[in-house]
Amino acid sequence: MYQGGAVRPPYARLEDWTRAMPAEFRQMKQAEAEALFRRIGITFAVYGEGGDPDRLIPFDMFPRVFTNAEWTRLERGIKQRARALNAFLVDVYGRGEIVRAGRIPARLVYRNEAYEKAVAGFVPPKGVYSHIVGVDLVRTGPDEFFVLEDNCRTPSGVSYMLENREIMMRMFPDLFRNNRIEPVDRYPDLLRRTLASVAPVKCDSDPTIVILTPGHFNSAYYEHSFLADLMGVELVEGQDLFVEGEFVWMRTTEGPRKVDVIYRRIDDAYIDPLCFRPDSMLGIPGLMDVYRSGGVTICSAPGAGVADDKAVYTYVPEMVRFYLGEEPILQNVPTWQCGKDDDCKYVLENLAELVVKEVHGSGGYGMLVGPKSTKEQVASFAERIKADPGNYIAQPTLALSTVPTFVEQGVAPRHVDLRPYCLVGERIELVPGGLTRVALTDGSLVVNSSQGGGVKDTWVLAE
Amino acid sequence: MLSRTADNLYWIARYIERAETMARLLEVGSRIALLPSSGTGYRSEWDSLLQASGTAYGFSLKYGDPVQRNIESYLFFDRDNPSSVASCLFRARENARIVRTALTTQVWDALNTAFQELRELERTPRSELELSRLTEWTMRHAAMVRGAIDTTLLRNDGWDFLNLGYHLERADNTARLIDVKYYVLLPGIEYVGSGLDNYQWTTLLRAMSAHRAFHWAYGGEVTARKIAHFLILNPQCPRSLIACTQGMNAHLDRLARGYGRHTEAQKRARKVLAELADGTVESVFDEGMHEFLTRFIGEVAAIGALVHEDYLSGDVR
Repeated sequence: MYQGGAVRPPYARLEDWTRAMPAEFRQMKQAEAEALFRRIGITFAVYGEGGDPDRLIPFDMFPRVFTNAEWTRLERGIKQRARALNAFLVDVYGRGEIVRAGRIPARLVYRNEAYEKAVAGFVPPKGVYSHIVGVDLVRTGPDEFFVLEDNCRTPSGVSYMLENREIMMRMFPDLFRNNRIEPVDRYPDLLRRTLASVAPVKCDSDPTIVILTPGHFNSAYYEHSFLADLMGVELVEGQDLFVEGEFVWMRTTEGPRKVDVIYRRIDDAYIDPLCFRPDSMLGIPGLMDVYRSGGVTICSAPGAGVADDKAVYTYVPEMVRFYLGEEPILQNVPTWQCGKDDDCKYVLENLAELVVKEVHGSGGYGMLVGPKSTKEQVASFAERIKADPGNYIAQPTLALSTVPTFVEQGVAPRHVDLRPYCLVGERIELVPGGLTRVALTDGSLVVNSSQGGGVKDTWVLAE
Repeated sequence: MLSRTADNLYWIARYIERAETMARLLEVGSRIALLPSSGTGYRSEWDSLLQASGTAYGFSLKYGDPVQRNIESYLFFDRDNPSSVASCLFRARENARIVRTALTTQVWDALNTAFQELRELERTPRSELELSRLTEWTMRHAAMVRGAIDTTLLRNDGWDFLNLGYHLERADNTARLIDVKYYVLLPGIEYVGSGLDNYQWTTLLRAMSAHRAFHWAYGGEVTARKIAHFLILNPQCPRSLIACTQGMNAHLDRLARGYGRHTEAQKRARKVLAELADGTVESVFDEGMHEFLTRFIGEVAAIGALVHEDYLSGDVR
């Protein structure tokens, strides 16, 4: 927020706003926000922690602001990355040019757990594997953004982007009157259009779209039903669908109805027990046969995960150069792969300064933040790396930017990241905004909601 | 709509109605317990309530003797009892969470508010909770949910499934409530027409929030005949068996028209309605009240099974 002691321009108006806000008023508004979240039922269950399944993610009322110029550059970078990732996916399930050209090691692609042999040789409609690309970004300087990771499968959290905005508009209408803020509420329409644009070849009318959820015990169930509601499509579970003939059908009170596009929010491994995990109760037997014969589109396409694993991540700038012939606009965080001997040696020697993550981990679990850990923790993590080096990558701890956040004593700087949601179909679309996650603990760098992070509304100012 | 969605809606209504009946039963029980005891004493009255609500077995496993306090806990709060008010409301809310997209904000709000308040009640010491407060609380929230459904929901097939659930459950519950009074509560045939008999009938009317309505509709002495007519054959009484059966028919007909397909459930419901429409109090008493009610409860269950088969199972072709 501050630059050389002065308030950065986009935050100037907000500074006045917070100054004019008495503490009691702020507390009242905070309570009001919480009541609103609880009433609409937007809650978050943490895996493996038990406890209250109706827990709220803490909401910070202080918005995060981007100027139009900042956003324009980010947008170009995100779209570029989304195009490159999709080109990569089509390539590695096809001729594998990038591997033949020696730009990425074959083992990283074809030996990857997320590489689905079942779809090799298949090109999904419009050549899109990842229809919703969530690019996690952090900022380290005025024009310096780093990509932490790409999410090509089913990035979650977009409901928070939309609800945070709704709640802010409801509680502080004046803020929106006095600042010109780009709206984000087109997202569900754009998502619907994106999904419709990738209808399968055998679909000859207005496509029927559904969202496939693992069910109401899933921590993101609220989001699934929220999106289904806003798009006006059915929210289905595996048991609601079946395969017959060349198509997928859903069970309705009027008999079977053909389904054309499935926006699935369950992992590849579970979608078809005949093709993947035979013990899956969530999937639809025979789905993959229909998919491969062009009877249904699955979004994101099975196999998309090979592009967003943390080891392949290192090569995304290379993908941008290889497929698009452009220089990457967004930087990668320098990453050491413990699977490489030299890298692993460096990592083990400098473990106390690095952040180490599991290649397939997510949610802030199974990671080591060197500077925040005790000697014992570092030492025991070193043993884990030595036992299975290929499973770990390491990154330097970045000088992350902070944004103003309401805390007990007033306003204080806290670290944030940003996840925008890029839609890829016939066209590539990005609503001006995203999910800002904030590490509410002083000095903490971990923003995951499962680790005590919160969320903020994210503003992009109009020109 | 998805069969699973229809099934959830149908069960939301059934659970809410069932929660309300449980509260009404508790009210009947506490009122009858205030009466100077007859026959084998208060124990048998509470016992008959457990019998009527179909929870006697589960209760005896957990508590043994029917002590009023334990019965109150079991029928209101106990999550081990699938028919307790708390179990029903939690399940209704969980079902609503699953089908959020098929409900309006107001309906969700009504269900969710009941759920949030119930969690408060659970944390309140039992000594601070009067039974009457609990039963009133339940009826108020059931009414709020129903009000939200009636005033905000789109009149589509989802609305029909909700209302089918309501009418089926209410038909079943009214029949059971009458049965408690007639078959279970009264200790012996020699009491028919006695003061105790009439007191119990009045209590039953009260439990259905219908004792004033009854006086408006009939006037004069309270007799078993009049009450039987009111609760079984009078379409003006909103909880009467015939009113509930009419409701089922109306919504089954609407669904059949909307989908352009007639169903077995519709046929069966029509038959039951025709019988009630032609029925007289005499014919009911001739058959035997208990026998008549048992047969009726069986018919309602059969209609429920057909609704499941025709719409909710997802096997429709």
